[in-house]
Amino acid sequence: MGRPNLPLLEVKHLCIEFPTRRGTLVAVDDVSFHIDPGEVLGVVGESGAGKSLTGNAIIGLLEPPGRVAGGEILLDGKRIDNLPYEQMQRIRGKDIGAIFQDPLTSLNPLYSISRQLVETIQTHTDMTARQARARALELLQAVGIPAADERLDSYPHEFSGGMRQRVVIALALAANPRLIIADEPTTALDVSIQAQIIALLKKLCHEFGTAVMLVTHDMGVIAEAADRVAVMYAGRLAEIGPVADVIHHARHPYSHGLMGAIPTIGSGTARLTQIDGAMPRLTEIPSGCAFNPRCPKAFDRCLAERPVLRAAGPNEVACWLY
Amino acid sequence: MAVPQPVADDTAPLLRVRDLSRYFDVSPPLLNRLVERRPRRILKAVDGISFDIPRGKTLSLVGESGCGKSTVARCIVGLHAPTGGSVAFDGNDISRLRDRAAQAPIRRRMQMIFQDPYASLNPRWRVFNIIAEPIRAFRLLTDTAGLQRRVDELLRHVGLAPADGAKFPHEFSGGQRQRISIARALASNPEFLVCDEPTSALDVSVQAQILNLMKDLQRELGLTYLFISHDLSVVHHMSDYVGVMYLGRIAELREAKALFARPSHPYTRLLLDTIPDLRHIGRQRAPLAGEVPSPIKPPPGCAFHPRCPFADDRCRTERPEPVEVADGRVACHAAAENRLPG
Amino acid sequence: MTDLAEQTAAPQRASALQRFFDGDIWYSFTRSRVTMVAAAITALFFVAALFAPLVAPTNPYDLAALNLLDAFTAPAWTEGGSAKHLLGTDEQGRDMLSAIIFGARVSLTVGFASILFSMVLGITLGLIAGYTGGLVDAFIMRVADVQLSFPAILIALLVDGVVRGVLPPSMHNDMAIWVLIFSIGISNWVQFARTVRGSCMVERNKEYVQAARIIGIHPGLIMLRHVLPNVMGPVLVIATIGLAIAVLLEATLSFLGVGMPPTRPSLGTLVNSGQNFLASGEWWIAVFPGLALALLVLSVNLLGDWLRDALNPKLR
Repeated sequence: MGRPNLPLLEVKHLCIEFPTRRGTLVAVDDVSFHIDPGEVLGVVGESGAGKSLTGNAIIGLLEPPGRVAGGEILLDGKRIDNLPYEQMQRIRGKDIGAIFQDPLTSLNPLYSISRQLVETIQTHTDMTARQARARALELLQAVGIPAADERLDSYPHEFSGGMRQRVVIALALAANPRLIIADEPTTALDVSIQAQIIALLKKLCHEFGTAVMLVTHDMGVIAEAADRVAVMYAGRLAEIGPVADVIHHARHPYSHGLMGAIPTIGSGTARLTQIDGAMPRLTEIPSGCAFNPRCPKAFDRCLAERPVLRAAGPNEVACWLY
Repeated sequence: MAVPQPVADDTAPLLRVRDLSRYFDVSPPLLNRLVERRPRRILKAVDGISFDIPRGKTLSLVGESGCGKSTVARCIVGLHAPTGGSVAFDGNDISRLRDRAAQAPIRRRMQMIFQDPYASLNPRWRVFNIIAEPIRAFRLLTDTAGLQRRVDELLRHVGLAPADGAKFPHEFSGGQRQRISIARALASNPEFLVCDEPTSALDVSVQAQILNLMKDLQRELGLTYLFISHDLSVVHHMSDYVGVMYLGRIAELREAKALFARPSHPYTRLLLDTIPDLRHIGRQRAPLAGEVPSPIKPPPGCAFHPRCPFADDRCRTERPEPVEVADGRVACHAAAENRLPG
Repeated sequence: MTDLAEQTAAPQRASALQRFFDGDIWYSFTRSRVTMVAAAITALFFVAALFAPLVAPTNPYDLAALNLLDAFTAPAWTEGGSAKHLLGTDEQGRDMLSAIIFGARVSLTVGFASILFSMVLGITLGLIAGYTGGLVDAFIMRVADVQLSFPAILIALLVDGVVRGVLPPSMHNDMAIWVLIFSIGISNWVQFARTVRGSCMVERNKEYVQAARIIGIHPGLIMLRHVLPNVMGPVLVIATIGLAIAVLLEATLSFLGVGMPPTRPSLGTLVNSGQNFLASGEWWIAVFPGLALALLVLSVNLLGDWLRDALNPKLR
């Protein structure tokens, strides 16, 4: 995959730590990847794998005591991980939009939808109130809210879950950001609504040329929406590559097992492939490859030495088998 | 009645549910009703559903949130008293038993596995006591040594170590906690397990472990499952029979294979279309417009008609009753009139 | 990172004592100087009160030991003071230090007993209201609302007055402590009931309680064995702060003359009898019991505040 231009987002050797009184936990450990303009990068992994933390670090919203302990985050070649809060706040919203799992946390229950949209638009552009309101209406129509002009002045509680998530997407798109961090955007929604939201996200990104980092544990969502996939395990990147290659020809034993563990229709009702054990707690990450206690193919080197990402076919894999 | 009986020795179904309904009064408080003249509001969470579960089989109920599937589970295990209809377990109508003593022999034979592995275990109790609680409650074993042996055996059965009994729930991961939940459910030697979204809070790799464990246990112990889930791929993996619920009613109840191969009801078709397919990367799911309407004010006629591409005037006014088909039953005018394509 | 606390939790098996010293509560205790000082002062009061006959220089109840010649001795370090009476004596020649130690004993006894009474009453009613719901809940909570609209002191005075009216005057002094415990206890149960009811309604819907219901465990047992242990955290906080309030309420009642009689004085009674001499220069008779009372109440309150923060992970 050629990269003629600079990637939109580049994450280099990102480390995130949580200091606790029993020592420092390394929750994200040496993670590097990039996202090109207009590209959808899916990030998958089990809960606690560090995928949401990575997303939060990029938008500068790590919850204390968590902190970026090393590495760089570059947007358009410029570092954004060391910016002061005020400057970062300007980038958030204008250059990077965010969509979270629970739409209610992103919406202020006391303000009408129109007020929240207009405020966001006016913060990041020099539109007049009238123009901003027109733009807000446009956005609501774009995210597929029926009778948008009537509902513009409604409050968040007057919307259903799926509609709220659409409003959040409209908010995230308000300033035409070039990157959207979507953290489990469909997990709280019903299946039939999930499909609508994913389709919408994909369509909008296509239209506006927005890049998306799609954080989710749902491989189905990834298969449907992502161009490339990054698989995280215990705070580390296990494998990254084009979506078809990761899903159908996963190299890393963990991603391979993960794909086999998903029940699919048409596969019959035989036993699912299962990876025994569970992801280690952050306090108990084994030396060498973090996956070695659960890995059926582990050998001496896996116990002693930590693998780094290396090209294996179209994918990059952190595994000593390649 | 509807579900075809397997040709086996035990012909009577283990669980027989008839016209089960459960209404909730969600009216505003009395004072508000009087002052603001607001009417009483009744939520029909479950509205007249019937099904049988043959011994050793799994029947799944699927549907979106608010369709009433969990309420059905709760009515069956006795957490809710049904508003109407009957629940017969092995021929005994348990919805009529009000007396704790009379219920006990039935309760021993049916147990439940819950969705949230973090809320389903008492955080102040050691795992041993959690698993031993049903044994003590039903006075199945009274000697300490026997109890210890039985709990050890149960822990091993679900893939944990006997030493884990001395720990507290917070020392376990989500998947391990769900194993403890299963061990507790198995402690009283039940024949029937109600599983309410047992894996929806778990990660996929752990979900696979739990689903495999449940299938192994079913085979070894001859268990009968009522499986509640919103995830059709999981349901497909687990079930012999599938009931698709929409707004408190069963839209389609059929043998699993037939339902997934040739879905009848338009809602079933919609659900099947929304399953992400790993085989077709980048495939656009057919997103269907609209959302589940409020169960407090369901649409007249067929509750699904506002979202249904095949709805006609009859669907908008007349509620479809379930109609027997070869391998189950379907409640849809369009299906009955052969108006559906394919 | 919802489970960060879980990630850091010590996974090894440990005894209850080990777990306590390893736990977050003990850790936050060792991190707070103020709390440690407050705990030390509270402990000092408790020890002194518990072993009063051994600790106090004289027995203030022993009328035979009193010497009127010793009356109005000033504190030891002032002019006219004597090394025999560190904090001076009152108008009857009673040693103030001993009177305070025995007074704290009475105050703490009344405080503990009444808070225990409120706790049992409040927890029971709160559990019943929270678990049963419906009409029972509505009735209990409306009674609580009505009671809460009167100040606690008023209720204590009312109960005290009624009981005194019912009992023959000869029994008043002997019964005073029981009347106090009852009247203070009955005026403080509402906090417990409200908190327990709230937590109980949350716990009742959790799946572990439902699992117990499915087995057919008796509702009473479910409340006792499953719900109660999980609502004890906030109860402990209220009980600690409630202890301070109860001690203060007892002092107020005694100061107003409806509490402990001067023959068995509590800290409040001592302040009351000392105030007569404030103007005439014998300040120590009122000031030292008052200081002791303030110090005790402040320490217990600080402990309660710390406990509330330590048990609430959101504030940490």
